[in-house]
Amino acid sequence: MKKAVENLLDTACRALSEQGSGPKALEVARVRFLGRKGELAQLFKELGKVSEQERREAGRVLNEAKSRLEALFAEALDKKREIEAAGRESIDVSVPGRRPPAGRLHPITQTAAEICRIFNWLGFETVEGPEIELDYYNFEALNIPKDHPARDMQDTFYISEDVVLRTHTSPLQVRTMEKRKPPVRIIAPGRTYRRDSDVTHTPMFHQVEGLMVGKGISFGDLKGILTSFVHQMFGQTVALRFRPSFFPFTEPSAEVDIECVICRGKGCRVCKSTGWLEILGSGMVDPQVYKYVGYDPEQITGFAFGMGIERIAMLKFGIDDLRLFFENDLRFLRQF
Amino acid sequence: MLISLDWLSDYVDCPLSPERIAEGLTMAGLEVESVSLRHPQLKNVVTARIEAVEPHPNADRLKICLVRTGGPDDGELRRIVCGAPNARAGAVSPLALPGAELPGGIVREAKVRGEMSGGMLCSQKELGLGEDHGGIWILPENTPAGVPLDEALGLKDILMEIGITPNRGDCLSFMGIAREVAALGRTSARYPASVVPETGPAVESLTSVTLDDPQGCPRYAARVIRSVKIGPSPNWLKNRVESVGVRSINNIVDVTNFVMMELGQPLHAFDFNRLRDRRIVVRKAAAGERFTTLDSVERELDEGTVLICDGVGPVAIGGVMGGLNSEISPETCDVLLESAYFDPVSIRRTGRKLGLKTEAGFRFERGTDPAGVLRALDRAAGLMLEVGGGQVATGRIDVCPNPIDPAVIDLRVDRVNSLLGIHLSDDQAAEILERLEMRVEKLQPHRLRVTVPGFRSDITREVDLAEELARISGYDGIPVTSPAAEAHAADCDPRQMVRAQLKELLTGAGFFEVINYSFISSDALRMLGYSEGDGAPVPIRVKNPLSDEQAVMRTTLLPGLLNNARYNIDHRYENFRIFELSKIFLPRKEDLQAEEIHHLVGVMTGKRDPLPLYNDGDVDFYDAKGIVEHICEFLRIEDLRFRAEALPPWLDPSTSASVFVGGERVGELGGVHPQVREAFDLKRPLFAFRLDFDRLFALKGPLPVYRGLPKFPPVPRDLALIADERLPVEEPLDFMRSLKEPLLESIEIFDIFKSEQIGDGKKSIGYRLTYRAADRSLTDEEVNSIHGRLIAQVTARFGVSLR
Repeated sequence: MKKAVENLLDTACRALSEQGSGPKALEVARVRFLGRKGELAQLFKELGKVSEQERREAGRVLNEAKSRLEALFAEALDKKREIEAAGRESIDVSVPGRRPPAGRLHPITQTAAEICRIFNWLGFETVEGPEIELDYYNFEALNIPKDHPARDMQDTFYISEDVVLRTHTSPLQVRTMEKRKPPVRIIAPGRTYRRDSDVTHTPMFHQVEGLMVGKGISFGDLKGILTSFVHQMFGQTVALRFRPSFFPFTEPSAEVDIECVICRGKGCRVCKSTGWLEILGSGMVDPQVYKYVGYDPEQITGFAFGMGIERIAMLKFGIDDLRLFFENDLRFLRQF
Repeated sequence: MLISLDWLSDYVDCPLSPERIAEGLTMAGLEVESVSLRHPQLKNVVTARIEAVEPHPNADRLKICLVRTGGPDDGELRRIVCGAPNARAGAVSPLALPGAELPGGIVREAKVRGEMSGGMLCSQKELGLGEDHGGIWILPENTPAGVPLDEALGLKDILMEIGITPNRGDCLSFMGIAREVAALGRTSARYPASVVPETGPAVESLTSVTLDDPQGCPRYAARVIRSVKIGPSPNWLKNRVESVGVRSINNIVDVTNFVMMELGQPLHAFDFNRLRDRRIVVRKAAAGERFTTLDSVERELDEGTVLICDGVGPVAIGGVMGGLNSEISPETCDVLLESAYFDPVSIRRTGRKLGLKTEAGFRFERGTDPAGVLRALDRAAGLMLEVGGGQVATGRIDVCPNPIDPAVIDLRVDRVNSLLGIHLSDDQAAEILERLEMRVEKLQPHRLRVTVPGFRSDITREVDLAEELARISGYDGIPVTSPAAEAHAADCDPRQMVRAQLKELLTGAGFFEVINYSFISSDALRMLGYSEGDGAPVPIRVKNPLSDEQAVMRTTLLPGLLNNARYNIDHRYENFRIFELSKIFLPRKEDLQAEEIHHLVGVMTGKRDPLPLYNDGDVDFYDAKGIVEHICEFLRIEDLRFRAEALPPWLDPSTSASVFVGGERVGELGGVHPQVREAFDLKRPLFAFRLDFDRLFALKGPLPVYRGLPKFPPVPRDLALIADERLPVEEPLDFMRSLKEPLLESIEIFDIFKSEQIGDGKKSIGYRLTYRAADRSLTDEEVNSIHGRLIAQVTARFGVSLR
């Protein structure tokens, strides 16, 4: 009997999984197994032939099989109804979805990350340093002695006579070379401070400094690396030019201009009709700086560069007011 | 530095257009910031001859002038309505044609009291050329009609604004710019004549110069000009100085300014007869010595200052500003003219100490030409004679105790080529340097000896010459190369990486990143409820802040975010989450620098879901807590605990907790205290969390080690306790965990509620316990027995009942 029940269940399962898609197929199968004259009913009929001792047990098996079969058919019926319902009732797909909340990184963070990523590809390691900095690292060791007119280029916040809020990320050049032997290839993003506040200046802003020194590195290499960077950042077709300038810690020094990304060099308000935008300061590291860090300027050459992240972000995103970066207006922040 | 091209053409011939000159200078390191007409307002202003004057039919005080803007037979007459009393036939006057942009507005063809007027006859004032407004400007009779006014007046000029970098003091003059233009155009600059007709007694018999501070003032030269007549400058001189924005004062002062602009050498003219003992003494000031400068300010000096004195006391602060007591006045008759070289560092120090910025000081601190002192002296003496009459005494005084030698530099051409990545020949290099007025001697192949002219005090080393070679041959010509450096993978500081990951994680949780200034108001800590002496770190003060709002370096990120929250709520942006992950600055005992550590602060307010459609209420403590848990889970930090203790004053104690990891306090979170909200003018409830990033980073869990996935099914069992409503739900959970049932895999809380049925002061807590064995399927009997044991223990331990 037990065997017969198991066989029946097996056949029923198979029949259910194999049943055709005809509208009647499920009902036919139900009648075949659970109908009044169905296969299960046949087995119940045979109960009488079973011995007294076994009857109890056989009854239990049969009843279990019955509820199992009923459950199987009920499930199959549900599934069938579900499939039949599909496509009949539909939802309004124009109702806004349940969005997981989504914020954004500040455009300065995004821009700094992109700049660093490009230089990381070029083999530059990202380093960081203190923002409250010694005068020595911020000026002195960068060949900007006290009472030098070059100090006029950067209005400085002072903590004390010898401690300043760094006016640029350039102290990282000295700090890194002091600690490491050449070759050195670093990029240093961070906050910088100058005592200046108007439409085009905020007392705090961000810079990225870069430094590559070693044997036989030339001004041509400076042009090579910075050209790669500009092409990655602003597109392969953007023209750039290197223009002599002055920084106390580089010699020769170069300002890097790119073709105005707003007007494509035709001349507009952003580039003051020149067709060019200044985006980078750079130059060959001045031998005087090597002396401060104990490198031999006869053996080691290299270049350094620095750029304002806000400036790059403004060009990338078309932002026309520097002060927006620090107002943290969400209507602004959510645009990036 | 403002350069007039008309004036510049006195010293160099340059056939190029102003735009090309500007481009050339810019690409040579002298950035031309703008090129503009000297008088843009004179565009469309021409000279006009008034042929006839008729009365205006509708106004007594107006006239109609018929004017001609061409030759006598050329063109038709224009009718101009004019109210000036001096308008008369035959006069030549400036006429602004329609379209002219005068300082007072744009001139248009218009009807004036019913009569058409084809322009406007102008006064000096209306043209922005003077103060005279008594009537129209009557020009000299021989002025031709129909000529642009700026041409007729010799005012046609183009101005270039050039940004001069601090190393190029030599370019703070017309001569300096002319030298650059000449070098770029492969021509030479013309120095002005400086021959002085001398008459009368030798200068030594009139005066003397004693130089007691040869360090501060290495060279001092002087001439005496007698019987000059002080008066207004002649037009050419006035025009020159005014063209670059310098006010004309009188002929003698204008000459000193003119020569300073021309040659870059600042000069000073003393009233010779007001110099006591009629002599000059150059010495260091005594500490605390007082002196009244030209601007009538009495100033206290210190020992570093170079003082120019007469026989009795100071008459000028050397190289910076003259004194009131020896100033040129209308009564001045004899002049002592000073031309000197001062030490740049000393001048800068003095200027900075006294807060005095002058044209002279600006040039001296950038280094003037010690060899150019006499040229300027003679040039100015000659001009004074020309514009002020009188006689120049014979000879000049020139005190220069230690000869100032020009720099001589040996240049290795091959070394410079490899530094720049170019291939200049020795001849090419020499040719470029000679264009810059350097003297070049060929020593041997690849080696040049270069003598640098005195005006280029910035060039002292081989590398400085390298820059000159690159600059003049053009940076554009340097080939772009790839550095031959060994390949090495850039290291990365894991802290930077984790900070970047956390930022991404937070944006994924709906937070916007903000960036605030590192300085905060000196009042901010008090606004957060801290009071002095309560152990909170005292912020580092900025010595020269721009405002009180930016007076101290932040020791907490919170004020910035609370201000951001207010700003946005005030702009009707009311449902948001913001965070900042950035540095705070803690004072350090050992020095004046700071402990700079990273904090993470988040603030959230308003609706949990900003979409009103799915709105399910406002954010609360548990949203903030969830974020902290989320962060810690990401960092694989274990043993994370929240306890309502050790709270900072800015949190509302009823909805706040401190965050502990393994017993160490790493932050806090909760509702912002109503008093703090009041102080920051925040009208809505806010929840905030703060985490010490550097500590969290240190507590970060190790890299996970893979464990095999379970092969047998879990068996869940629920357990609902009726407990005192004050019982922390975590306690029974911790207790059950502490029993360390080996087959108990996890416990989760699945619901907490109160109801009348349960009774006052009680709550129901539902726990879901999951059992699993690693090596077999558990049977009901097995699970029931463990679960039953747990229930017995937990109910006994907490005196709670089952629901």
